Parts: sequence; C-alpha cells; structure tokens
Amino acid sequence: MAELKKQPELKDYAEQIKQCVKCGTCHAYCPIFDQERKEPLVARGKVALAQSLLNKETEIDARFMENLSKCLLCGSCSDKCPNLVPVEEIVAASRREIARRKGLSLFGFGLSTTLKHPRLMKLMARMGNLFSWLVFRKVPEKSGLRLRFPAPYIRGDRTIPKVAPRFLRDAHPEFIPGEPGKPTVAFFTGCMANFMYPHIGDAAIDALKLLGMNIRIPQNQGCCGVPALSSGDGATVDELTKRNFDAFAAVDADYIVTVCASCNFGLRTNLGKTGAEGESLAGKVIDIHRFLNEQGIGAKLAALPPREKKVRVTYHDPCHLRNQGITKEPREILRALPGVDFVEMRNADQCCGLGGTFSVYHYDMSVKIGAKKAAAIRDSGTEVVATACPGCMMQLLDSINHAGLAHRVCHVLELVAAELPPANQK
Amino acid sequence: MLDKSIIRKLEKIVGRENMTTEKSDLICYAFDATQQRFLPDVALYPQSAAEISDILKLANAEKIPVVPRGSGSGFSGGSLPTMGGIALVLRRMDKILEIDEENMLAVVEPGVVTEVFQQAVEARGLFYPPDPASLKFSSLGGNVAECAGGPRCVKYGVTRDYILGLEVVTPQGDIIHTGGRTMKGVVGYDLTRLMVGSEGTLGVVTKIIIKLLPLPAAKKTMLVVFDSIRGASQAVSDIILGRIIPTTLEFMDSTSIDVVRNATNLSIPERARAILIIEVDGDEELLEKQAERILEIVAPFGVVETRVAKDKAESDDIWKLRRSISPSLRQVNPNKFNEDICVPRSKIPDMILELERISREVGVPIINFGHAGDGNIHVNVMVDLAEEGMQEKVDRALEEIFRATLKLGGTISGEHGIGTTKAPYLGMELNDPTIQYMWIIKKALDPNNILNPGKIFGFSGNE
Repeated sequence: MAELKKQPELKDYAEQIKQCVKCGTCHAYCPIFDQERKEPLVARGKVALAQSLLNKETEIDARFMENLSKCLLCGSCSDKCPNLVPVEEIVAASRREIARRKGLSLFGFGLSTTLKHPRLMKLMARMGNLFSWLVFRKVPEKSGLRLRFPAPYIRGDRTIPKVAPRFLRDAHPEFIPGEPGKPTVAFFTGCMANFMYPHIGDAAIDALKLLGMNIRIPQNQGCCGVPALSSGDGATVDELTKRNFDAFAAVDADYIVTVCASCNFGLRTNLGKTGAEGESLAGKVIDIHRFLNEQGIGAKLAALPPREKKVRVTYHDPCHLRNQGITKEPREILRALPGVDFVEMRNADQCCGLGGTFSVYHYDMSVKIGAKKAAAIRDSGTEVVATACPGCMMQLLDSINHAGLAHRVCHVLELVAAELPPANQK
Repeated sequence: MLDKSIIRKLEKIVGRENMTTEKSDLICYAFDATQQRFLPDVALYPQSAAEISDILKLANAEKIPVVPRGSGSGFSGGSLPTMGGIALVLRRMDKILEIDEENMLAVVEPGVVTEVFQQAVEARGLFYPPDPASLKFSSLGGNVAECAGGPRCVKYGVTRDYILGLEVVTPQGDIIHTGGRTMKGVVGYDLTRLMVGSEGTLGVVTKIIIKLLPLPAAKKTMLVVFDSIRGASQAVSDIILGRIIPTTLEFMDSTSIDVVRNATNLSIPERARAILIIEVDGDEELLEKQAERILEIVAPFGVVETRVAKDKAESDDIWKLRRSISPSLRQVNPNKFNEDICVPRSKIPDMILELERISREVGVPIINFGHAGDGNIHVNVMVDLAEEGMQEKVDRALEEIFRATLKLGGTISGEHGIGTTKAPYLGMELNDPTIQYMWIIKKALDPNNILNPGKIFGFSGNE
C-alpha cells in the first residue's frame, strides 16, 4: 500500500500567503463580498487573517472563526487573482488550523451565525431534527452528506433532495465491458449521485456506453472529501483520500470521470497532495463533459433524429468547472442535442451560493446569493436550467422554489440520456 | 484604544451592526494595495451624510483620527489608518441615486464601484471615461479623492474633468455643497476642484454629481511593434502632431515585452523593442480612416509589425497582452515598487533613457509601461528585498527617478496620489511656500488635524 502524504498545514502556505499584495481584485469576483461589502469576508481579508494567525498576531476567537467560515471555497477569487494566490486552499488550511487548535465541533459551533438567532435555532432544531435523522439513517457515517446537512442546522423552508430508494453503485456491476480497443473509464460517482440523484449516474453510464467505453465502478470508493475539507476536518480528508486512492489505483483505468464539479475539484486536489503516485492518479481525473467532448460525442448526438418540439434550456456554470476553464464543453453538448434550444443566461458563471458547508451555517446569505441566480434564470425565458454539478442542482432548486419559479432543474447528462435511442438505455 | 464611552457614542450614531472593534475585523481594514499595515481602533460602516456628520463632530471634539476608506485599493497609502482611530468605510454607501439623461449627468454615493457605474450609464448610451486599472473594484469616492486617471485620459481627461459637484462633510462635521448640476458655475471658490485629489484630508465626500458624455459608437484597437523605444516615442509625438488624439496610446518598453512574451497566444517578433497599443473611438465610418492615417504616420519609425483588431475578440487579445504585464512582473523579482511619474509627452524618450541609466547604475531591474499619450509612465522597480542592502538601492533608485522626472518638467505622481508613500518626496517637487500654502488650507479647515492625518504632508505635518 502506498504511503500517502497528509493535507498541508497552514504554515506550508506561508509563501503563497505572502504573494497576496492586497490589490483588491477579489472584491470584483467574490459572491459573498457582493452581498456584504465587508473586507473580512473577501479573499484578501481572509488571507490577511491567515497571515496574522501564522505570525501569532491574533487569537482564534469567535469572530476570527466566523470570518473564516464565510467562504464558499468557490475559487472565483483565485481564478482571477493576478498573483495566483490559492485562496480556497489557504482558507481550507486555516479551517484545519482552527480545528487543530480548537477542536472540530467547537469550530462548527463558533462559526455558526445561526446560533446567535435563538428563534431560528428553535425552528431549525424542530424541522431539521425531524427531517435529517429520517433521511440520513441510510447514509454511511463517513459520507460528506452528513457534513453537508448536520442535524440541527437545516431550516424548514429549505428544499433538500430525498434519499433515493436505490443507490447508484448498488444498481450497476463493477465492470461494464465496452468495445474492444476503447479506453477504460473509472467512474467516480460522488455521494450525491450515489445516494440522491442516481439517475445522473445512470445517464453518465448511458453516455459512456454510447461511446463504447469500458466502464469500471469501484464499489469501495468514498466521498471526495470536499465537505470535510470545507469544515476543516483534515483527518477525514486524509482518510477519504486514502480510500479513493486504493479504490482507483486498483482498477488502473485510463481516465477517472466525475459527474459532480465539486467532486472533480475535491478528488483531484486531494489526491494531488498525497505524493507522486497520488498526483499521477489525480492527473487522470476528468470532468465527464470534457471527456465526452474529447471522445467525440458531438458527432453521435448530431446523428440523433431531429425533434419537432424543442425545450428551451439555459446552463449554470459550477464554480469548480469554470475555474478549470470547462465552460464550453457542457454548452456544446446542450447545443448538439436535437431537442434542446440553448439560451445563455445573464451571469451564468456566478456562484449559486451553496459552497459546501457554507450554506448550512450561513443559509441566509446563501439564499441571497441564490436569489440573484434565480432572477437571471427567470429573465432567461427558459423552462429548464441545466448544470454539471448535483450540489448546484440542489441549491438551484432551492433558489427557484424561494423565487416561486416553475423551472425544471437537471444535470446536462439527464438531457443527453433522454434523447438517446432506447437500445442504449436499460 | 478608544475610550468605552466614545465607542458607545459611535454605536449610537451608526448602530451596533454597522461598526466593529473586533481585532479579527480590524486586521482587514489595516491594509491597502501598498502592503503597509496599521490597525484602526474601530471600523464604521456609515449609511448617510448625517451619520458621517455626527461621527466627525464627535471625532473633532475628542481629537480622534478619521480615515475615509473606499475599496482600499490605492497605491499611495491614502486609506491607511496610520495613527489608528476610525476607519470610515464608505464602500457600503453604494447607490446610484440618479442618471439624468436630459442633462447628461448622474448623482452617486461614494461607494459605487467605477465599472458598475460605467455599465449602468453605458446601458443608456452614456459614457463615463476615467478608467483606472482598478475599475472593477475601485470606488468612485476613492477615484474622486485620488483624482484617478487611466488609459483613456489621453483623450478624455481625468476624474476631475467629470466632477460637477459634491456633497462633503467637513472635518468639523458640517455638510457643504460644492458646484452643482450645471456645466457652468462661478459662484465663489471652486471647492469641487479643491476636494478632488485632496486624498480625504479636507472632507468626506458623500455625494458626487458626475458629468457624462455620449457613448462612442465604436472603437478600433491596433498593436504596433517597433524595433526601438526611440522610434515608438517619435511615433507618439507625430501622431499628436498630426492632430489626432487617440482614445488610448499605451506603450510597453522592451523589459515589459520580455515579461509578457509567453503570457498570451499573440506572437511577438524577436526584434520587438517597444510596443504601442493604440485605440481610436467614434463613428464607425471615421474609424477606418483614422486608423489608416495613424498607421501611415508611424510607418517611418522602425515598425516591425502591425495588427489591427478585426473584432472584439482580437481587441481583447491585444489588451490581454497589456494587462498581463502587472501579474507577470513577479517573475522578475518578488518585491515591486510601483511609481506613476508623468512627464510632458515629448519627453518620454528622454525619460526612458534616464530610467535605463538609473537601472544600470543602481543595479536594479526597472520595468516600464503605461500611458504614452499623456506622458504617464508606470515605473516598476523590481527587487528582492531579502537581499542585503536592497532597500538602500531602491531608495536611491526612486530618488533618482523622481529627480530625473522633475528635471524633464514632470511630476512625481500622475494618478496615484501622495498619501504616505510619496510624502517624503513632496519637497522635491513643491517649494516651501507652496507646501505652506497647502498646509494653511489644511489647518484652517481641520484645526485638530483629525481627517486622514499624516497624509500628503508626512508625519511632520502633525506637529
């Protein structure tokens, strides 16, 4: 078994922290700053806080934790940073530092603004408790979903997807042979597609079959680690990364595809920090839209029979794809579908406001960010909003419900699968 | 540390949710883009001129420093609380109050972001030209305080040329109005111009009346590569002599070309020693002719290559080259000293020669680019301060740069302001009576020196 390196500590980022020259560019791209316009909530403020912690100029008090908690880890800032400061990594490392010194539960405790609103707390405890224990009975202990929806924090008016009656990985064999000579693709399903939206996984498998791929779905794969990363739980990140390393190193695939933007980010960056072997595995991780495009799904879709009735569809860019420059690929797939009339919406590239555990602790702010997205969706004049991340889907649905819209929210792959000939489907 | 009773009074003025004394918040109001750090004692988020008036009355009575802050993106230290006290954060006063199409003006609060404002007026076919590089995040209040410029200023002028009037809270807490909503107005002193560029030392701007222009129908972007900086400079002179004022006339010297050579997919010829980026705007039909005329004018000066952007994408590619310089600078060395000297534009070739000499003699890399059309050169001394004796070298280089600038009839700051970073050099440009004259104004308006103390005049100004 390979020895894997652990997640870096805050002090390992000392040099990158110095690269932040406080120019202010991050003001223009941070979804949270856009709402609050307060300096502690934007990237350069958080980097300054991380720096003062490293220099022992400040204590970890309640406000320190609260400020560090108000980050979506969306990477919008580091994407545009002139000095390429990896802000989301610095924030995640700061959260691990907080957890290391103050303990994990205290972190969650200290940063929760909701705790300061007793009325809201009561309501949430009533609704949330009732809800979450029913839902999570069937979800394994180490799944990121448990971190995403810790029991007392879920507000009653929040739309949360139901746990599926049949989990994705239980419904498919570990190996689906394809055409001879075609690449072998390992499928990293992610928690949401496995437990809540298995039809996204079914659609992914259909699309891969269409291209004749050999498909491997390791049963023992785990959560990508993003929710643990987001809550500063370094030990869990390390444990999950080890599990995924073992599961995927064993199948020796040419590619590891993901259907969730955040899983793609999490799996890739977490594996990438574990040493040479992990890095080579991380190099195989690819978003399924990019993969399908590279493998020529465009021609296959173009050959599909024309449709009389077209559905007007718009697309929301998940942060963790946009930051890798994956913006064209999902759109090209949508445009290639005979039944889809693709319409671009305003600010499609702006974060939906979910941000891992962020929306749990700062739901009010998350709702405000989501409201801007919902307005753009409404103005696009479409019936369907497609995206490439189940996390975004959940948030978009919640935002749409708050706004009273009737849009269908779906994954790009669902629209693909819906147009494939029946022979290709199960 | 401020007295508890003062904190309570401030709390009464702005409300508990609009202030903070938490260290973990104050750390984030301790910096600006100069990378210096000074902790304020309290940060306030006022919502109105009335609140700011009450704050200043209290601060004046108690002699507490007040430092107005927009986006905190300045390059000269204007928003740094160097003496502690109150960080007066105006970024949350960010309403566009009015866009008056008939009179082509707008009224805004100081926290409105420059680009947000530009997009709002452009949606109505109107135009606000000043375009500092930080326009995506700088605030209009900050632009007014520093009199911000930008590439388009060669044709359209700087911030002061667009400010018709202001609402200002004085250091003693009075609310005054300068200028107004008319293009003309000569009643009393021109206090608007006194306020613009005063770096938050004379008053807190709470409302800005802005003049607008019609939005030009189209623009055309050209990239011209020269085999010498002298040729490029001569080209600039001849364009202006040809009675053409381009919208922008940006140059990159050979040191800056070297740092961006691989930053974009535009291929740059080996022989390139200088680049001009020229943009013209106006009616579509006229542009073609103007562009042709410019290329004719520059042809004799050692042109290696020309590119005229056919569409927005090609224009963006050209601008990407220019915008890649700043981020690419750190390839050279980790520490940047960024000056914004300005010389009469005919003196640019002489200034570039001087900069090359200083770089050679002092032994520090100096990378130059900027606004050739108005003589405003961004001079970047790139060093590694970890090297022994480097700070002394930098100090020497800066002083020589300023001396050379002034000898050529220039100024030590075109658009960044004096703040703290250039305060030690103020006396190089202004004679004693001039500084005294300014200081008398400051003392008369702010007898207790509470408003942005220590700026422009330096720390000695507080004695």
